[in-house]
Amino acid sequence: MDLCYTPAHELSRLLREKTISAAELAEAVFGRIDAVDEKVRAYLLLMREEATAQARAVDRALAAGEELPPLAGIPVGIKDNLCINGFETTCASKILKGFVPPYDATVIESLKQQRAVFTGKTNMDEFAMGSSTENSGFFPTANPWDLERVPGGSSGGSAAAVAAGEAVMALGSDTGGSIRQPAAFCGVVGLKPTYGRVSRYGLVAFASSLDQIGPITRDVRDCALLMGVIAGHDPKDSTSVPQGVPDYTSALVADIKGFRIGVPREYTGEGIAPEVRAVFDQAIEVLTGLGATVEETSLPHTKYALPAYYLIAPAEASSNLARYDGVEYGLREPAEDVVASYKKTRSRGFGPEVKRRIMLGTYALSAGYYEAYYLKALKIRTLIKRDFDAAFERFDLLLSPTAPTPAFKIGEKVADPLAMYLSDICTLAVNLASLPALSVPGGFAGHLPVGIQFIGPPFAEERLLRAAYAFEQETGWVSKRPAL
Amino acid sequence: MITRKDVEHVALLGRLELSEEEKQVYTEQLANILEHASVLNELDTKDVPPLTHVLPLQNVFREDIVGEHLEPETVLARAPEREARYFRVPRLV
Repeated sequence: MDLCYTPAHELSRLLREKTISAAELAEAVFGRIDAVDEKVRAYLLLMREEATAQARAVDRALAAGEELPPLAGIPVGIKDNLCINGFETTCASKILKGFVPPYDATVIESLKQQRAVFTGKTNMDEFAMGSSTENSGFFPTANPWDLERVPGGSSGGSAAAVAAGEAVMALGSDTGGSIRQPAAFCGVVGLKPTYGRVSRYGLVAFASSLDQIGPITRDVRDCALLMGVIAGHDPKDSTSVPQGVPDYTSALVADIKGFRIGVPREYTGEGIAPEVRAVFDQAIEVLTGLGATVEETSLPHTKYALPAYYLIAPAEASSNLARYDGVEYGLREPAEDVVASYKKTRSRGFGPEVKRRIMLGTYALSAGYYEAYYLKALKIRTLIKRDFDAAFERFDLLLSPTAPTPAFKIGEKVADPLAMYLSDICTLAVNLASLPALSVPGGFAGHLPVGIQFIGPPFAEERLLRAAYAFEQETGWVSKRPAL
Repeated sequence: MITRKDVEHVALLGRLELSEEEKQVYTEQLANILEHASVLNELDTKDVPPLTHVLPLQNVFREDIVGEHLEPETVLARAPEREARYFRVPRLV
């Protein structure tokens, strides 16, 4: 059996039955990393020693007959914008090179309580700004299905690591599609939870009204497991919602008879590649075959979501990134006075896309333009949310392709920011409306995976998981793996 | 239309030092992106309220008591430059 491609829920059982040991599992995953990461480059930092020690401790506890939580001994990859106490966290930015956080993100604390094993920090677009992981300040990551293509982004390292068997599961973050689009490109499952469902304490902020942390996993059951671990209220994040966490795995019933699923026509027309459309149409047939009713609907303000997003997200980013001034931590470029030092530090530390978004966001917030751009975009956001509200009066779920194309070639879109931004057209309205959405492998376009996206009303994660689970059980796409 | 002068002004506000080439590229790219954004003006939003988030939360308070915090030394240890218990910076004026 290939441990690196066995889902966590299965590994958890094998560990408990003592068919395998956690040390053996960690060794298998690091062996896989040694074998393929030279090609994939999913990791910025490996935590081999720590992982081995954690795994051995789990084995000792199991040998002593202790009852351990479900993720004990499971190797998990962590996106490099999440703080792990004592391990470098860079957000793939030169400005944070060498920064070692003195605390754990709340999601990391939760995983430590589970006694999960951290494999390392995964590559990403710098500060999560990008859709291909090419904006990493260090190196790009390759798509395990085709090494000449991008893994998507910004959580490209996490998605590639799971797809390549270099982690059993991973955490990502999603501001406009950064979990779902790479999950789709890499043929794995990705869930962006409802805004407020998961604490963001210890997540390096990009756009605070949009950011969410979520799972990237091999199958839907693992997604439900990991979601149950990271969800919940946290006094350290005042935007986390004080609401109980359901047992997400109990939602995994492969029955969606009578589910009313809406397909917004704005997500299937212009801009969607024919090969994606073909996979999507087949997925609709599968869901219909399972007894769901699938009907076309409309989210009329969809075309305004992209421009509104690319004003709101950069505006918030320009404010959040003002803290990188070379004073308290991170890179410092010396200069004769403090303003000159700020300018030198930031110009040297930030890459081109981050600078572009700081420029755009600062402009959108500056005197004379605030109302025309930022405030206008926030009003459009209301209209986008109202579209979804109206749709959810008629439908349990909405369905769309996760991304307009399969994974594109490395270098193909770097010179044209607008073309790159368009790869988020199916995902970013969900963030503007604070909704949960899940991408599940929907099929293949040639050798490349294609994802389909279920979108739900706020806090309907269980419904998303149930629909995705039924689809997965029927199609079995998740069991395909890349020939690396 | 965004001009090179605007780009220089915004760069100063954002504390970025741009090369001549960057100024040129960003002038073009920002103009492009903002032109794309001008489609928002098709919509009359006079009576639409702005939306920042959808949570049923407002003014989350906590008791004003000392909680857990990092030791000053832990924080200062990460500074590029320090002096005693202070962050050291280049001259301000």
